[in-house]
Amino acid sequence: MNAPAIEILGLTKDYPAGFWRKRMRRSLDHLTLRVEEGEVFGFLGPNGAGKTTTLKLLMGLIFPTEGTAQIRGMSIDDAGMHREIGYLPEQPYFYDYLTARELLDYYARFFDYSAVERRERVERFLGMVGLATAGDVQLRKFSKGMLQRAGIAQAILHDPQVIFLDEPMSGLDPVGRREVRDIILDLKQKGRTVFFSTHILPDAEMLCDRVAVLVGGKLQGVGAPGEIVSVEVQSMEILFEGRVGRVLPANVAARATQLGARYRVEVPEAELYATLEQLRGCDARILSVTPLRPTLEEYFLRLVGREQAQSHAVEVAAR
Amino acid sequence: MSSIPEVVAINTFREAVRDRVLYNLVFFALMMIGAAILVGQISIGIERLVIINLGLSAISIFGLLMAVFIGVGLVYKEIEKRTLYSLLAKPIRRWQFLTGKYAGLLLTLTVNTALMTLGLGAALFYVGRPLIRADASILVAAYFILLELALVTAIALFFSCFSSPMLSALFTLGIYITGVFAQDIRAFGDLTHNGPLRATTRILYYLVPNFHNFNVIALAAHGEAIALSLVLQNTLYALLYVALVLIASSAVFSRRNLK
Repeated sequence: MNAPAIEILGLTKDYPAGFWRKRMRRSLDHLTLRVEEGEVFGFLGPNGAGKTTTLKLLMGLIFPTEGTAQIRGMSIDDAGMHREIGYLPEQPYFYDYLTARELLDYYARFFDYSAVERRERVERFLGMVGLATAGDVQLRKFSKGMLQRAGIAQAILHDPQVIFLDEPMSGLDPVGRREVRDIILDLKQKGRTVFFSTHILPDAEMLCDRVAVLVGGKLQGVGAPGEIVSVEVQSMEILFEGRVGRVLPANVAARATQLGARYRVEVPEAELYATLEQLRGCDARILSVTPLRPTLEEYFLRLVGREQAQSHAVEVAAR
Repeated sequence: MSSIPEVVAINTFREAVRDRVLYNLVFFALMMIGAAILVGQISIGIERLVIINLGLSAISIFGLLMAVFIGVGLVYKEIEKRTLYSLLAKPIRRWQFLTGKYAGLLLTLTVNTALMTLGLGAALFYVGRPLIRADASILVAAYFILLELALVTAIALFFSCFSSPMLSALFTLGIYITGVFAQDIRAFGDLTHNGPLRATTRILYYLVPNFHNFNVIALAAHGEAIALSLVLQNTLYALLYVALVLIASSAVFSRRNLK
């Protein structure tokens, strides 16, 4: 059986805090996660959730307090593993005295390419991220969005099997975001694994096979974007028109919102049929019945709220 | 295909060139031209002495400032600006990165020292004195300055791995000054009857690089030959010391969490 693309086992990171650095602050708490080959995996969470910490641990930029991780069966301590991966840091910053072309050429030199192959790759990837005409401009003159594109190009320049992107859409305009989405989908088509952190939920919903939600350094859930939200209580939205002269049942009227000649009412799934019966009883014309699944964003906000409430409770208890 | 430290070194050199570090050469050239014209007018027969002394001292000071102030930012700047993040995600080991950064600055210093030495030669030529065989000691003195700079760069790089540029510069300059007076410090300790003080000065003497042996400017100015044994001794000493400091730097940096 093939090794998973990414396997994280109990990864934990504590940082010293306070003036004397004696207190420890846990940034990532026993994260266990498995990402299969070819998946587009979204890593969601608010700022400070531990997303960047996880990526930095996987890249070997910081070292875990506990736990291990493997990428394509190789330990993250293994320098050879880095041939298999690409990484776009959050808000990337590069040598600003280089041009985009020189930057990509510099990074390509760390792989075994001939000079001809290197040049061909640099041109191809500059074109792919829309920087073909800006290849000879020094990076100090680049906008944030252009730097992000250069960052994506350097991350995929060597055809890595697993690509880690830290907030790849940040700083991009709508066109840039669409281009990045296309690049991610293209990578998926080529069978690559893409692991990207984001707090832009529609992007995750649109692109990801699965997502993981991280809040306060703790994993809150993993699954397909649909699965993640389906565990929540669902409700149904009924849109209807009332008949002139007929009074709506009191329990429906209390919950209904009037939208011109129409009404909108939200009921728990279990009460759907009873409510429809009542509406039929007063000759209402049913226009639509739509299951209301909470969006990933609502789910996410609820988790954050719960986490904050818990941390508040802990602080109170500690006093 | 170039090795990884080589790729990093060339980029570090390119950075120095594009950051106009070598512009100090213009200042040096102007200084040498001014000195040559002035010396030609005021001194009779001692032009050589003055020009060589001034030239070699300037080469040493310019190089020292570059080694310290660029050296202390070599690693720190890469961490601060986070340029290191995307680099270390490539198949590069941290020691290879450090070695490359060190070699890049050393290459810059070598080019700088070589061009300044050429400038010194040109100034000597201008004051109307043909080059003689004894002038070879000028080249040896310039080589010793380069060895000294290699040591200072390694020390600056070591501090750059875990400290801020300001503190690193202070530590590096502190070690340099201690190293220049290493023999005096030891002699001072030997003169006292205080055991712990004598032990401390001895430890200092062996710990800091002994820069005294690298200063042959006076010998070069007087056209005296420099013994081959000293050239070999200084070369071996610098190589060993630099290797030890680079190993220590790698050990520190390999364990460092990048913020």
